[in-house]
Amino acid sequence: MSESSTSDTHRKQNGNDAMTSTEQSSHGFDASQLRQSGAPQLNLANEKLKMDVQHLNLFYGNDQALKDINLVIPEKKVTAFIGPSGCGKSTLLRCFNRMNDLVDICRIEGKIMLDDKDIYARGVDVAELRRQIGMVFQKPNPFPKSIYENVAYGLRLQGGKSKRVLDEVVEKSLRGAALWDEVKDRLEDNAFGLSGGQQQRLVIARAIAIEPEVILLDEPASALDPISTLKIEELINELKDQYTIVIVTHNMQQAARVSDYTAFMYMGEMVEYSDTDSLFTNPQKKRTEDYITGRYG
Amino acid sequence: MSKKQGWFKSGTPWIWLNGGAVALSIVMVAGLLGLIAVRGLAHFWPAPIVQFDYTQRDGTQEVVMGEVVRSQTLAGTIVIDSGRPDLAQPDDLVTRFLIKRGNRDVTSRDFMWYLQPAMGEMSRPADAVVIERREWGNFYGLPRAVLEGDVIVAEGDAVMVELRNRMARALSIRDEINKIERSDIGDINYRMEQIRLGSRRIALNDRLSEEEKAARVAELESGRQALDDEYAVIQQRLDQLNVEASRDTLLALTADGREMRISLRDIVRVTQPNQLSLFGKMANYVDRFWEFMSGNPREANTEGGIFPAIFGTVTMVFIMSLVVTPFGVLAAIYLREYARQGPLLRAIRISVYNLAGVPSIVYGVFGLGFFVYTIGGSIDQLFYPESLPAPTFGTPGLMWASLTLALLTLPVVIVSTEEGLSRIPSTIRQGSLALGATKAETLWRVVVPLATPAMMTGMILAIARAAGEVAPLMLVGVVKLAPTLPVDSYFPFIHLDRKIMHLGFHIYDVGFQSPNAEAARPLVYATALVLVGIIVVLNLTAISIRNRLREKYRAESD
Repeated sequence: MSESSTSDTHRKQNGNDAMTSTEQSSHGFDASQLRQSGAPQLNLANEKLKMDVQHLNLFYGNDQALKDINLVIPEKKVTAFIGPSGCGKSTLLRCFNRMNDLVDICRIEGKIMLDDKDIYARGVDVAELRRQIGMVFQKPNPFPKSIYENVAYGLRLQGGKSKRVLDEVVEKSLRGAALWDEVKDRLEDNAFGLSGGQQQRLVIARAIAIEPEVILLDEPASALDPISTLKIEELINELKDQYTIVIVTHNMQQAARVSDYTAFMYMGEMVEYSDTDSLFTNPQKKRTEDYITGRYG
Repeated sequence: MSKKQGWFKSGTPWIWLNGGAVALSIVMVAGLLGLIAVRGLAHFWPAPIVQFDYTQRDGTQEVVMGEVVRSQTLAGTIVIDSGRPDLAQPDDLVTRFLIKRGNRDVTSRDFMWYLQPAMGEMSRPADAVVIERREWGNFYGLPRAVLEGDVIVAEGDAVMVELRNRMARALSIRDEINKIERSDIGDINYRMEQIRLGSRRIALNDRLSEEEKAARVAELESGRQALDDEYAVIQQRLDQLNVEASRDTLLALTADGREMRISLRDIVRVTQPNQLSLFGKMANYVDRFWEFMSGNPREANTEGGIFPAIFGTVTMVFIMSLVVTPFGVLAAIYLREYARQGPLLRAIRISVYNLAGVPSIVYGVFGLGFFVYTIGGSIDQLFYPESLPAPTFGTPGLMWASLTLALLTLPVVIVSTEEGLSRIPSTIRQGSLALGATKAETLWRVVVPLATPAMMTGMILAIARAAGEVAPLMLVGVVKLAPTLPVDSYFPFIHLDRKIMHLGFHIYDVGFQSPNAEAARPLVYATALVLVGIIVVLNLTAISIRNRLREKYRAESD
């Protein structure tokens, strides 16, 4: 426990350092951000900024999938990306932990800053980056191992953890993902024996076991029934006390329920970015209004 | 019209067609296995001995004794053309019997056809015996007396009892002789050979001066004298045993009254099938079947057992699996996971797939030219110079047979492993990568374990193919009769350089290369049955392992 708490504080200090530098460096940027989104109600003055996307362009071969995206992600808040299918919201999310690197024909321009470091800079250790920025996918994807081993997977990769430490982290993570009470008596069972909703929470537990700073959720509830969805949403609310969360969803009600800030994307462009209440009650752009009132998408 | 159309539209004809195809396949497979099983297994059942008079063409009478193998019906014209116009009219149908009459040492042909019209009544003499001998095949006749030296010790009714007692003694002496020949003399031969090779090695060593060489050779050679002495003692004991084994003789009459002396040391088994009860026959059956499974072949493979062939087949398949599975899996992982997908890779993949279609004899030729002569020859030059010019690895043997078959089955393993890898959902890989695993960690911790059932499938297909392969093996290491098993108690215990026997080749050899085709025929079926059985057992083992793995990863592999 003491070990993890020291690393916690260590990280916070890091974050604070980063914050001051981000604030210094992003004064001019904030202004451009406001201009870009044309959203006078986007007020991030009270927020620490965790991630900062600057002029991001992404190409699949010759097709441009993301067009000059500018965006900041506030720390320990939930930021949602909404938009119709194929608008690039998942692609943008996958830029945050460089999952797009796996696609051979994918090319990226621009910067994504995590604290004060560009994650696309030369020499960045992608594996280390992905330990800082965890991800949960649309379809639950537990490994063909026991529940315990699924949660311990990330720690085992790092190696050098004693059985006692692993036990502690597994329990803490499963509690964190609100799954502990359901699985504590069958930790050695195969993870495939869990229901879809339980599997998705297991995957979340697996992600938080390695204590990331940011958690990316790619339509985490789209393959689940309404009750499991509700549980995931409750979980997201609890997790934002400790983690910066970015969620992609095509479900506007979900975005409205769980997120603090919402970005609406359309055809690879960031149309509007603002705090969730304003975006849904008082959209500034015609396209946003059309979408949230169900005129297309 | 419309009714007929409706019948077509309902799809019923298709169902019948499909069901018919399945039924036909089942009938063919069951028929094949049934035929092999019946013909192969029936061979070990003790057949009754029949006796009858037979009138030859010149009118002489002959008494024939033996087992009925099978019968045939001929047209009368054939019988007339064959020189027996006295036996049939052109319109008649004539039955003839194939009789196994044994006694090859006196009659020269142990299988003969007899025409039924020339046969007297068939009887089954109760005291007729069939004696399985180490040489000259079966003897059929009537036992008369047991002799010790030239003294009669039992006659008449007491013969069989006395014979069994003395047989037990003869067999135990025989076992002891075998043991001495195999282990004691084998051991001395082995050490003699080591001394010879040691001297040769010293002679070939350039770094030693002549004096040193002489000294070391002398030291080695001093051991030879001790071995010679040891050998003389063993030889003496062996001579003594041989004399003892030859002590008793069975005096027996053939059906036509010729007197035969059969030394008990040459007898494997004595049976009086006409007197046996059902249980006696069963015991006899089990005994003979066990000899077939566990014994060494005799009489140019037409008698005795097939154990060396079973052992050789299993050992070879085992070594082949050990080679081909890791190799194929590693190759497939590279092709699927690391190699840059493109025209070059596509060409490589097509080549690998096409390797599966290359005729197996081509692999045999390649194995002989590349493995045996090139690699084996080089190994001999480098590591076994003292044995030259006698080759060690530069000659066909177990290792080259296994490697050739591994090459032959490599495409199967690569293809199924690749298919297994491609079936692993990308979400699983991404899940691992998103936790900060590198590509290699993802591969070895998640992807490869999930693909193990597919790898096992590849191995199963490889085993099934390799165990039944014959053609390439004839070139790279399988022989008609291997003097020793490839595994024994001398270092390094598994002798990859030795030649082996193989069930598939054994079938070919017994069936087509045998001097005595009629005697060999049932053994072909029995050996085929054993081969099929072994392949089934190997496959079932692998399949059960695969199913257990599948169960473990069930959600993802189906």
